[in-house]
Amino acid sequence: MDGVGWNYSDVVKEHFMRPKNILQVSEEEYKADGVGFVGSPACGDMMKIFIKVKEGRIIDLKWQTFGCASAIGSTSMLSEMVTRDGGMTLEEAIEITPEAIIKELGGLPANKIHCSVLGDKALRDAINDYYKKTGQTDKIPKTEAKIVCECLEVTDEDIRMEVLEGVKDFDTLQKRTKVGTSCGKCADNVKKILNDFVEQYYKCSIYTGEK
Amino acid sequence: MIYLDYNATTPLHPKVKEKIIDFLNDYGNPSSAHETGRKVKFMVEDARESVASFLNCRPDEIIFTASGSEANNTVIKSVGRCANSLCYSSAGKSHIISTVVEHPSVLNTLKCVENQNIDVTYVKVDAFGRVSASDVEKAIRPGVTSLISTMYANNEIGVIQPIEEISAIAQKYDIPFHTDAVQAIGKVPIDLKKLNVDYMSISGHKIYAPKGIGVLYKKKGTKALCPLINGGHQEFSFRAGTENTIGIVAIGEAFKQLKIEMDEEIIRIKKLRDKLEAGLFKTIPNIKLNGHPTERLPGTLNISFKNIEGESILLRLDLFGIAVSTGSACSSGSLEPSYVVSSLGVEPEIAHSSIRFSLGRENTEEEIDQTIEKVGEVVSFLRTMSPIK
Repeated sequence: MDGVGWNYSDVVKEHFMRPKNILQVSEEEYKADGVGFVGSPACGDMMKIFIKVKEGRIIDLKWQTFGCASAIGSTSMLSEMVTRDGGMTLEEAIEITPEAIIKELGGLPANKIHCSVLGDKALRDAINDYYKKTGQTDKIPKTEAKIVCECLEVTDEDIRMEVLEGVKDFDTLQKRTKVGTSCGKCADNVKKILNDFVEQYYKCSIYTGEK
Repeated sequence: MIYLDYNATTPLHPKVKEKIIDFLNDYGNPSSAHETGRKVKFMVEDARESVASFLNCRPDEIIFTASGSEANNTVIKSVGRCANSLCYSSAGKSHIISTVVEHPSVLNTLKCVENQNIDVTYVKVDAFGRVSASDVEKAIRPGVTSLISTMYANNEIGVIQPIEEISAIAQKYDIPFHTDAVQAIGKVPIDLKKLNVDYMSISGHKIYAPKGIGVLYKKKGTKALCPLINGGHQEFSFRAGTENTIGIVAIGEAFKQLKIEMDEEIIRIKKLRDKLEAGLFKTIPNIKLNGHPTERLPGTLNISFKNIEGESILLRLDLFGIAVSTGSACSSGSLEPSYVVSSLGVEPEIAHSSIRFSLGRENTEEEIDQTIEKVGEVVSFLRTMSPIK
């Protein structure tokens, strides 16, 4: 309950107080061409993005969130960045990074950056949904990684990289990636994935340190 | 500014402020034998008597510390530390019973001593946040349990624990009993002649005194505590270091004022809190009270506004000039929502959506009216943006 990291820039404050492009009508009425959805209320934030596409450009973007001021501010900014000047092309939009959004916002407190990554993920999800609906599945970027911790968006690939760097136990993995520190529902699955990678890379017990 | 965060801290009582200003030229060291020192010594002892008079205990049972946290640390870290300390267990291993809803200054201190051959049992709470005295009794290991430490009232949800029952159990098994009463002082009548506690922690800045001053009550006749700070003979040798004389004089005055105002204030503040609670429940759908409906501090109201996130609510209210606090993860700098609200067995999203309103002596009825209106606006705005309907 402390006040650390509440020094938001004026741009963030403006977007937080007067968020742009919120979905005001029902989803049925809006008739989006693509819908993206990430996070869960259990993790403390959740984001839904709706896009309309015309001739390969995002001509309109609306969104909804269960999220904190950073999530609201950054998604509001994202919605402007994507739709300004006639709209970004799908190829451009899918490349937007949290860094680019944070830059436009004039920065975010360090402990708030994780709250702001949902917007661009939801946008990518919406674009992929559009590709699926229009039969352009070949355009969906192939992601090898699978998210195992929804709250903190840790993937199995992240865990593999940690194991390759020498992490062998759940506590260390948790300290480094924060995996499973929010709702904790993924802990058992993460332990299994971790053990599988440890087994795969450190078969000899000498390396695992286990008896 | 409508300040509704009195459980976090309080403004100085005007009389306390006056007292501090008047005192600022009295620089004497209370340990000095000369006039300059004696004058301050007299004022320190006057303050001690004022605290003792409020609590209905002896002045030599009052130890001034720098904070409630220090008082908690002093008691818990005494367990098993040296053979002549009061919580020493001859069994070699010591055991402490506490609860899952304690303040971090208790929980993290327990975590710290857990590494030192001390077992800790954290008793769970029910859906209202209350500890059951029989659960505490079940956790007792005769001959090994060296301390029972349960908070009087919870800072986040305001739940008042069955302290009399727990203290009776402690007495029955002859186990020292400590209570962190930081949130209860001034909000619940406490009479130490009637209530059997061995140690009690108090904080100045929750009762309209400044930050940096606390009290540790230690009942006469219990065995000695191990000081956290060794040095001179100050505070009956339980707490070395030249006294924080300004803080002590201030907290003495704060207790004098509490004695005068408390009974009426409890009634007035409870009325305001009930008005706020009723107003919010009447005007805003889909909200949930966290904590006990009646066994609760008069000024505390913790509510979850479903489907929206606590920090957003807090910051929008802040921009409207209303100060509250939240149990959402986003406000804490960590990713975990309030462990207190989570301990009630609710879904994590309930904790992420929780807002604590805590009222105090400067709040007025008009402020409560404005708050009900503004909270309604903020909640309905944020709900229009929420993907969960």
